[in-house]
Amino acid sequence: MRSKKRIFASVLALMMVLSTALVLGACGSGDDKEAAKEPANPKLILATTTSTKDSGLLDAILPEFEKESGYKVDVISVGSGEAMAMGEKGEADVLLVHSPAAEKEYVEGGHADKDGRLDVMYNDFVVLGPKDDPAAIEKNSKEDAIKAFTAIKDQKKTFVSRADDSGTHKKELSIWEKAKIQPKGDWYVEAAAGMGDVITMTDEKTGYTLSDRATWLNVGKNTQLKIVCEKDPSGVLNNQYGVICVNPEKNENINAEGAKAFQTWIVSKDTQKLIGEYGTEEYGEALFVPNAK
Amino acid sequence: MDAIGHGIIEAFKLIFSGDREIFEIVGLSLYVSCFSVVFSTCLGIPLGILLGTHQFKGKGIIVRLIYTFMSLPPVIAGLTVFLILMRRGPLGSLQLNYTVTAMIIAQICLVTPIIIGLTYNMVKEKAPVVNRLGITLGAEPLARMKLLIYEMRVGITTAVVTGFGRAISEVGAVMIVGGNIKGQTRVMTTYISELKGMGNYDRAIAVGIILLVLSFLVNAILYNFQERESR
Repeated sequence: MRSKKRIFASVLALMMVLSTALVLGACGSGDDKEAAKEPANPKLILATTTSTKDSGLLDAILPEFEKESGYKVDVISVGSGEAMAMGEKGEADVLLVHSPAAEKEYVEGGHADKDGRLDVMYNDFVVLGPKDDPAAIEKNSKEDAIKAFTAIKDQKKTFVSRADDSGTHKKELSIWEKAKIQPKGDWYVEAAAGMGDVITMTDEKTGYTLSDRATWLNVGKNTQLKIVCEKDPSGVLNNQYGVICVNPEKNENINAEGAKAFQTWIVSKDTQKLIGEYGTEEYGEALFVPNAK
Repeated sequence: MDAIGHGIIEAFKLIFSGDREIFEIVGLSLYVSCFSVVFSTCLGIPLGILLGTHQFKGKGIIVRLIYTFMSLPPVIAGLTVFLILMRRGPLGSLQLNYTVTAMIIAQICLVTPIIIGLTYNMVKEKAPVVNRLGITLGAEPLARMKLLIYEMRVGITTAVVTGFGRAISEVGAVMIVGGNIKGQTRVMTTYISELKGMGNYDRAIAVGIILLVLSFLVNAILYNFQERESR
């Protein structure tokens, strides 16, 4: 009986210590906030694609924005499809997405503010495959994505699709469409996952996939995959990002000021320069090409 | 609030429309969970009884480990199984990652400790009494074992249902080793998480309702059994 009491007492003591630490921690962070410039509503929700997060770009440039403006950015990284669905429902303040056709629809549907969609940057897609490249894509169609996709389908090699309604998924579907192929069958694996997961899955299944270059450079070193097709001169592999402020009339909780501050910041000359430099140190090449007008 | 109400109405429409994809996913969920629970039960009950009826060195540490594994986070089970099965891992040549087999293995890792732990607890309590009774009646060891299992039938059912509840409801492990591939390794929990990811809330609610109803049915059957047996 006594030992039980002792255990109970020590658990209680531990809980008290922990909760005190928590309270103190919370107070501490509150003090930090006061030190920075404080906008009226400092909480900003950015809905963006998994690729901007997985590539490490946001982690590299966002602290700059937070420091300059005093906003605290909550990054929700999902597929472009869900990001825009969040915008439509008024669950996010600003969107950074890459699915130009869907973005156009979004803006035309009245879900953006008056400035609509602004170009930010682009990167490109690459077709990844196993090191031994059983469909011989690197040999026959190194710069022809449509031919590469056709070869994968004709030889029924495993192709892992994002299948998550993301910008990359839409890009992939548009390439199948241009190749006049209905991707279906055992060889076509619909993963419904983020880019990093899909690259891992492709590696495990020794298959092919379509990835944005940034995520590939970031995740690829852990795999036995390689680029088998890239830099298609027709531009079919290019990947344009846009920034959209959510229409502030959606609901009163939307942080329109913060969204505008973010939009202005990301297309500004200094930020564009930051974006253009990101990755050169670590990968020897830039991951994104800034092209705001 | 409108969105949720609308979602629920659409969900019921979907359930009664006999959508084939949803039913295939429900079927695979049941298959994976039932298979892993049956396997875990066959493994866990004998081990639990052995642990409860024998004294040996290091038993204390084993019991503590089993208690810890009873609340093993599914993502850790998933990660461990994934690392062992991945192509560059120790069992990579089997090429099992992203298959149903891998999902079953991961769930066995989650469910077996629960069944061992719960059985062990019951045995610890009941074995002395049952054994004494068995010896008085002049029963052989094997017959005493049968008597013990019979005496624990309600508790064993509870253990199995608890294990099933864990298996069918966890998402972390099956997501990591299964990968939620359409038509191959997609189960209810991973599907809900994916549907949410695509902003398709109606279907997510529909699958969620099916999952809840299944859990309810399993637990209702258990409850009836307990009521009947303990009367």
